[in-house]
Amino acid sequence: MDSVKLSQEQLEFQEYARRWLDENRPPPAPVRIPITALEVMTEPQRDYLRDWQSKCYHAGLVGADIDKKYGGGGHTGFQRLADTEMSRAGTPYMLNIIGLRMAIPTILVHGTEEQKLKFVAPALSADEIWCQGFSEPGAGSDLANQQTFAEPRGDEWVLNGHKVWTSLGHFAKWMILITRTSRDHKYDGLTYFISPIEDYPGVSVRPLIKMTGETGFNEILFQDVVVPDNYRLDDVGKGWTVAMTTLTYERGAAEGAGGGGGDEIPPIDQLIELARKSDRGGRPASEDSLIRDRIIQQAITDKAMRQNRRRARVSALCDHPMRIPLQGKLRDSEFMQTNARLGVDIAGASSTLYKLDPNAPDAGHWPLAYMNSYGQTIAAGTSEIQRNILGERVLGLAKSK
Amino acid sequence: MTEATPANFGFGEDEEMLRDLARKFLDENLPITQLRELVALDSDSAYERGERNPWDEGLWKKMVELGWTGLAVPESSGGVGFSLAGIAGLVEEVGAHALPSPLISTLIATFVLRESENSGKTLEEIAGGRAASLAITNAAGNWDPCTSAIKANEESEGVRLTGAAHFVQDAFKADFFVVSANLGDELILCKVPAEATGVSLSQDHIHDLTRDQGTLELENVLVLADAILTRDGAKALDRAWPALLVIVAADLCGSSEWQLQTTVQYAKDRSQFERQLGFFQAVKHPLVNAMIDIDSARSLLYHAACEFDQRSDDALAAARMAKSQASDAGGFISSRSVQLHGGYGFTWEADVHLYFKRSMHNQALYGDGAFQRMLLAETMIGPLK
Repeated sequence: MDSVKLSQEQLEFQEYARRWLDENRPPPAPVRIPITALEVMTEPQRDYLRDWQSKCYHAGLVGADIDKKYGGGGHTGFQRLADTEMSRAGTPYMLNIIGLRMAIPTILVHGTEEQKLKFVAPALSADEIWCQGFSEPGAGSDLANQQTFAEPRGDEWVLNGHKVWTSLGHFAKWMILITRTSRDHKYDGLTYFISPIEDYPGVSVRPLIKMTGETGFNEILFQDVVVPDNYRLDDVGKGWTVAMTTLTYERGAAEGAGGGGGDEIPPIDQLIELARKSDRGGRPASEDSLIRDRIIQQAITDKAMRQNRRRARVSALCDHPMRIPLQGKLRDSEFMQTNARLGVDIAGASSTLYKLDPNAPDAGHWPLAYMNSYGQTIAAGTSEIQRNILGERVLGLAKSK
Repeated sequence: MTEATPANFGFGEDEEMLRDLARKFLDENLPITQLRELVALDSDSAYERGERNPWDEGLWKKMVELGWTGLAVPESSGGVGFSLAGIAGLVEEVGAHALPSPLISTLIATFVLRESENSGKTLEEIAGGRAASLAITNAAGNWDPCTSAIKANEESEGVRLTGAAHFVQDAFKADFFVVSANLGDELILCKVPAEATGVSLSQDHIHDLTRDQGTLELENVLVLADAILTRDGAKALDRAWPALLVIVAADLCGSSEWQLQTTVQYAKDRSQFERQLGFFQAVKHPLVNAMIDIDSARSLLYHAACEFDQRSDDALAAARMAKSQASDAGGFISSRSVQLHGGYGFTWEADVHLYFKRSMHNQALYGDGAFQRMLLAETMIGPLK
């Protein structure tokens, strides 16, 4: 880990987190746990992960930097330490990732006191699971093209529309979503809401089947769904601004989320191990020069991304403050894709085997990880959109639209 | 990484001040127009007529006065004993200005001397402003630090050297050379002044206009005992090798960032189809990819410098990663800098070729990206049978 000058308090917390994780390591999962929280499909998976997040929350490892009155630990600079220790311990990721990384920070920035008191603590403990309603059939990369309409009716709003790509929607109690409240202005006609999902009148959640044949995300239909005005986040017409806050946290470009840095990047050792046991032309793939070069390229990229995070906090070595942070999502997702693809290539003939085939190496991880990686390079702004953002906001090039 | 590793790579206020001072000094003393006038007045002089690439000795004297040659020299030998992280910051500016000077070769030689037990006086000379260069590479251009083609024979007064060292960087700017030679089974390092009897230099005909390179021929050159820098040259070179890779990688990072910013500016200034070039994603996205590659290289650069400063066992692997990434990032932005400048980028008149060639030279120097990765694989995956 990149060590920082830690205060005595932080050092003690780090020591505590390390010890607690060591003593409270969860039992092995009774079922196969997917690579990220966004692919959690079944109730046994959910229950196992929810228990773990709840334990971590009550131990103070989740929400550590969040104000005490909202259910957090009220500390400063503890969450990053907790996340690092959880990654290091290799314990399961946090299930309520959308709550922790998107809903909570957005509510803390834009919400009312009443909203903060109501929503934050149950999200930290995973008692209430969150999902996100940004994508629509006609609003993907062009996110502001939202068509889900919210119509005012007294102290309430009536929502009609169609959200897609809704990870965790089938377990969600709440959704953060963008709606259209005016057709006259593309951006200023948007308003941001929190909507109940589970067992709520007018809301229907239907599973979408991914290219892998797995479920895990959903489409959600809103038919005359009534939402009280005090579930609106920030002003009417401010939806785009609020959405940008969410995306900044989603893309990992800001600190201050609820915690649960669950997306541990698979170590290069896994690829090396696979290469040693995979045949390539009668000898181990680990002795093939081209495979070796590709593995080392991945090792270099992995190291570079870690050192980027370190350098991003050294202002003397950063010409533009957002230059490294805005690369995070693009780089992580493309790294994972390249990594999984390399695993497929190394596995050779065995890469053809589905996870239920008894001969599939690493329980069929590589081809599924490769296909699922497209979820990451498309979601939260495709890689193409990320490159536009970097070109425009960091390099100052003309807008591509 | 150990807990003692500084989060800021050891790049603190002093290092930042030196870097900013270097930037200001070179902005003032070597703007691109002046560099062009210095090294690219006409295309025939270097290439057709094979004339030696000019350099500004007056500027070098000012750099010596600023104390830059003494930066890497330990305080005990009259230097500053600066960290490699701080020196990397300075060298990035040198690369960003494509500065022709013996500073890089001298800094590299300094790090080798620091690992040689009998080098105190030589280091003092460097701190005093003498320029040096390594002469350790054979005719095949083998980057293994211990493949010298020079033979040493022991004599009562010292040793006599015969043979040749190739690919000597900025050979015609150096006051003396740090020469590796085979004495029986040992590899020794010797200090050989450029004007010593039996020494001759021949100039290579090279592409890069911002340096010179040559072959050092030694014929029965006498090296007195006190000019034998170490009798364990292999150890000294091995220990200094990460610093050498870091310094070249820093030059690459600096030139790459210049190429990126210059090409970005062109994509803002130039319009086609009534749009700025940068509007088109076929232009924008490769520039973003180049930026990402450069950022990786810079982060790996300061990581490697810091590992070296911390005397970490991982310093060599970290330096190979930095050199690999910096070489490949340099190759990519070089390619895009010419391509995205279009028809103009292909001309002598455009400045991008100056950096293209300096970068290409540095990419090859001490092993390109694939070469570094081949060696990294040996340790990280295991030796190839």
